[in-house]
Amino acid sequence: MSRLPKAAAGPTPHTEAAESGAVSAAPRGGGLRARFALNYGDFALDADLALPVRGVTALFGPSGSGKSTLLRCVAGLVRAPGGYLEINGEVWQDEAQGFFLPTHKRSLGYVFQEASLFPHLSVEDNLAYGRKRAAAGARRVDREHILELLGIAHLLGRRPDRLSGGERQRIAIARALLARPKILLLDEPLSALDHARKQEILPYLERLHDELEIPMLYVSHAPDEVARLADHLVVLEAGRVLASGPLTATLARLDLPIRLGEDAGVVLEGRIAERDAAWHLARVDFGGGSLWVRDAGLPMGHAVRVRILARDVSLALEAHPGTSILNILPARVEELAEDAHPALALARLDVGGAPLLARLTRRSAATLALAPGHAVWAQIKAVALIG
Amino acid sequence: MGLNAADLTAVWLTIRLAAIVTSVLLVIGTPIAWWLARTRSPLKGPVGAVVALPLVLPPTVLGFYLLLAMGPHGPIGQMTQAMGLGTLPFTFWGLVVASTFYSLPFVVQPLQNAFEAVGERPLEAAATLGAAPLDAFFSVALPLARPGYLTAAVLGFAHTVGEFGVVLMIGGDIPGQTRVVSVLIYDHVEATEYAQANWLAASMVVFSFVVLLVLYVWAPNRKRGG
Repeated sequence: MSRLPKAAAGPTPHTEAAESGAVSAAPRGGGLRARFALNYGDFALDADLALPVRGVTALFGPSGSGKSTLLRCVAGLVRAPGGYLEINGEVWQDEAQGFFLPTHKRSLGYVFQEASLFPHLSVEDNLAYGRKRAAAGARRVDREHILELLGIAHLLGRRPDRLSGGERQRIAIARALLARPKILLLDEPLSALDHARKQEILPYLERLHDELEIPMLYVSHAPDEVARLADHLVVLEAGRVLASGPLTATLARLDLPIRLGEDAGVVLEGRIAERDAAWHLARVDFGGGSLWVRDAGLPMGHAVRVRILARDVSLALEAHPGTSILNILPARVEELAEDAHPALALARLDVGGAPLLARLTRRSAATLALAPGHAVWAQIKAVALIG
Repeated sequence: MGLNAADLTAVWLTIRLAAIVTSVLLVIGTPIAWWLARTRSPLKGPVGAVVALPLVLPPTVLGFYLLLAMGPHGPIGQMTQAMGLGTLPFTFWGLVVASTFYSLPFVVQPLQNAFEAVGERPLEAAATLGAAPLDAFFSVALPLARPGYLTAAVLGFAHTVGEFGVVLMIGGDIPGQTRVVSVLIYDHVEATEYAQANWLAASMVVFSFVVLLVLYVWAPNRKRGG
């Protein structure tokens, strides 16, 4: 029996080294550059990041990993001694020069875990609070458009204590956006809500992502939120940055999925290329091929994301014609690694340039004599269309 | 029967004193309470203890030292003399100053509790929405601490109305100047005018009951979702 190589050992074929850790090149003239170190004795944060300031950047990690503290540093709610923060060329903190811009002078929106609406103000006055105080000359926002995007226009006259948790959080998001910030910071905005409320808010967040230009830093410990919303992923653990890179490439790294456990998998971006009315299926073309998914009624050409969990992908050396599995793609094994449980292994596959993860037993890996470079068939049992 | 002219003068004087002292205390108690509620300074303990001293000191002790301080040779007395105001003991304004010290904890402590109950989060939210600290104080902290202001005002007023020892030490018993209700009741008893004493004393009982009723029934419920 051949032992599987450890993920950490040996050279890895891809570019993780460049993407991992601190400094990946931010776009010129833009981007967010942050360096924060804090030591609270039992917890230390030591982060050095360069991030794009566009789309959604997820700060992901277990609780206690420092993601919320990092976000509070960006907001200036925590002042890290020796910290440095620059956003699109504008310096907000440079302790080497003794410079610290206080929170109220930073053009940012912040959404807390609990909505933190002002209980003494009506919804309308809560929304007006930041809008009245927005810096002159800040980017204009269309109030009606934001109210409509978040579905709160009918709540304006209410008091915060007459709202559901989901409604409060939507209003908190609108309140932050109406202050016309350059960046929106969200600190686990869904974690105080139950599953149904989360499902209620996620589509609103997706709409913000799709329709507004506002960049977001989104703190979360929930892989499904990250898969749905993020464009860029930062993984934190014990106050350190484990990885930072584009979502798809970062999720496909074999050293990270172990930490995701059952949620290990990849997210692929594609477009609806065909709709089969007879079988209620839609074909999604992504970079490396195409997948059949349940037709969600999306029009042709619509950009979508699909999420494929490693546990839903099995491997075969030949394409079996007699199978109920709809999506079987030719792939090449790129790398094998041990998984969290000693019986399991993870394989990273290349499907026409797109990554895929497969979870299999180590015995199967040995039986099939899998090794990097081998051609296999990836049988995909489940594909989730996530927006 | 009922209250005679001298009684009414004393009642009016007492109300005026309590109203002025309460207003002064709400103004100077706010920054002290705010500081005590939010500071992490090691001075928090000592300052809190000094503010609370009148709760445990006999009023005569406090009155005695205030008398010395405001007298012609005390620091406050020298200052008031230099400003051409004369000395404060045995004047109405002397009573105001003394009562302000005496009732300080009854105003500062409810305010401090109220500010602590507001917590950090609403102020952080205000800051992220562009409110400078002073702006956030007036637009968020103050409105949210309103129940504490009601309690503080009622307690400060009632406690000033009820003081006796400090008044005797600082103010003496000058009609229309320093003869407040509590002192006058004592005078009536000394002169064995029990009926007069009873009218005034009963009014105080009713007043105190109404004050507490306001606190327990009308004070807005502090627990609100947000």
